Amino acid sequence: MKKAFPILGLLTAALLSYALYEALVVAPREQTMGDVQRIFYYHVPSAWTAFLLFAINFLASVQYLVRRNPQTDKIANWVVVALGVLTCIGAYAFQRWLPADVYPSSVVTTGVAIAGLYFLIHKYFSEQGTDILALTTAEVGVVFCTVVLVTGPLWARPVWGIWWTWDLRLTSTLVLWLIYVSYLVLRRFSTSGETPVLAAALAVFGALDVPLVYFSIWFFRTQHPQPVIGGGGSIDPRMLRVLLINWLAFLCFAFLVCWSRFRLERLQREVEETQALEALLEPGGSVR
Amino acid sequence: MSAPSGITLATLAKDIRLEWRSKDAINSMLFFSLLVVVVFSFSFDPNAEESRLIAGGLIWVAFLFASVVALNQTWARELRNQVLDGYRVSPAPANALFLAKAIGNFIFVAVLEALMTPLFIIFYRLRVLGPAWQLLPVAILGTWAIVVNGTFFAAMSLRTRSREIMLPLLLFPVTLPALISMVEATTTILVGDPSTSAKFWIVLLATYDVVFTTGCLALFETVLHAE
Repeated sequence: MKKAFPILGLLTAALLSYALYEALVVAPREQTMGDVQRIFYYHVPSAWTAFLLFAINFLASVQYLVRRNPQTDKIANWVVVALGVLTCIGAYAFQRWLPADVYPSSVVTTGVAIAGLYFLIHKYFSEQGTDILALTTAEVGVVFCTVVLVTGPLWARPVWGIWWTWDLRLTSTLVLWLIYVSYLVLRRFSTSGETPVLAAALAVFGALDVPLVYFSIWFFRTQHPQPVIGGGGSIDPRMLRVLLINWLAFLCFAFLVCWSRFRLERLQREVEETQALEALLEPGGSVR
Repeated sequence: MSAPSGITLATLAKDIRLEWRSKDAINSMLFFSLLVVVVFSFSFDPNAEESRLIAGGLIWVAFLFASVVALNQTWARELRNQVLDGYRVSPAPANALFLAKAIGNFIFVAVLEALMTPLFIIFYRLRVLGPAWQLLPVAILGTWAIVVNGTFFAAMSLRTRSREIMLPLLLFPVTLPALISMVEATTTILVGDPSTSAKFWIVLLATYDVVFTTGCLALFETVLHAE
């Protein structure tokens, strides 16, 4: 375990430099946008990583809440299985309701991946561990989401001519960022001994909010068409390769940061617990 | 032990009686939203056409900010004399308390809206061009959306440093879809453009209310006991 960390760190550093080289040198120059487009190799992987981290945060928070009671834990497991099966059946049964560019197989993959992730977290993390995982993924997710929100305008200024537009994706990403920042603020400011419970409840509320935010902004914006329309269409396979390499590098990096943050937080809690115990056992000592 | 509805009614009656005697929340909310109206009219100085376009946003932002005043004191009041601790150890269902508080806040904010709306109409020279009756479901669903989440988050921010500022920090991001729906529905109705309808927004608002009322009821007991 102790050796794995530096090895993984070196591997990530190598992968990140290789991905940087690929993005800046190997990837073909975009025809209309020119070199500005290369920021895309940082923007999109950061966005995907951030969304993945927020999804893990949600799953870990749900688990923290349901595992406080063995019975709800069991019910939740069955609900996850049922939801996974329903997604698989529903994706094919209601195929024609899906948007044209969404395949049923990708819906099934997403459903199975989320259910699988739920059970992976369930297997490898203790109750306390799920809380630390939720905290860690929220922190790192906010960092990646900030990268997305900063690189987006940097690209938009030369290409669209404006820094920001209240477009569907931009706005919903911003709202997502706001929700998770408020999550971190709650964790920082709470003086209750049960902060993890409050934070987990807020994370569930934030996740409930995401589809509603998406729909409201979708309708809000389709009513008022935008002067700028971003992309669509197909991508050069060479660019896709570079994009995927960059995503892999970013995932490794995110994993590394989450891992060290996780260890740090767990150690800190152990230290606090030990100190509290010592204060209890110390003769004449008092617990505040 | 009485039925949950009895507990809800008793708590609700107590809150209304307290408010009736002190008028703390309603007075500060009224004065606050009056200030918002005046400040906004100075900063924009709109004519009748423009004000129709911005009034929907103005009204709801004023009500959202003002309702934070009522929401902040809804649980803080119970901290004195350990009322909340008493409630925690009692066998009464937590959701009965939550519903009482949410309905109480709904009534306070609804009274505020009833008093402030005429003032808005006078100050901004508003005349509704669309189907005015649709404003009623928008107002009811919108107020419930603010109040149900607000009551929940107020309970959540009870044990935080700088509690008063914590509530808006938690409430506003999560309320954004509801706020967009309320503002858009109100503006659509005020402008009365026949090509658009407020129905989608009302449905979205109702969905929001159902989702978050369920969420609050499912999680409130956990939050109440998180000490």
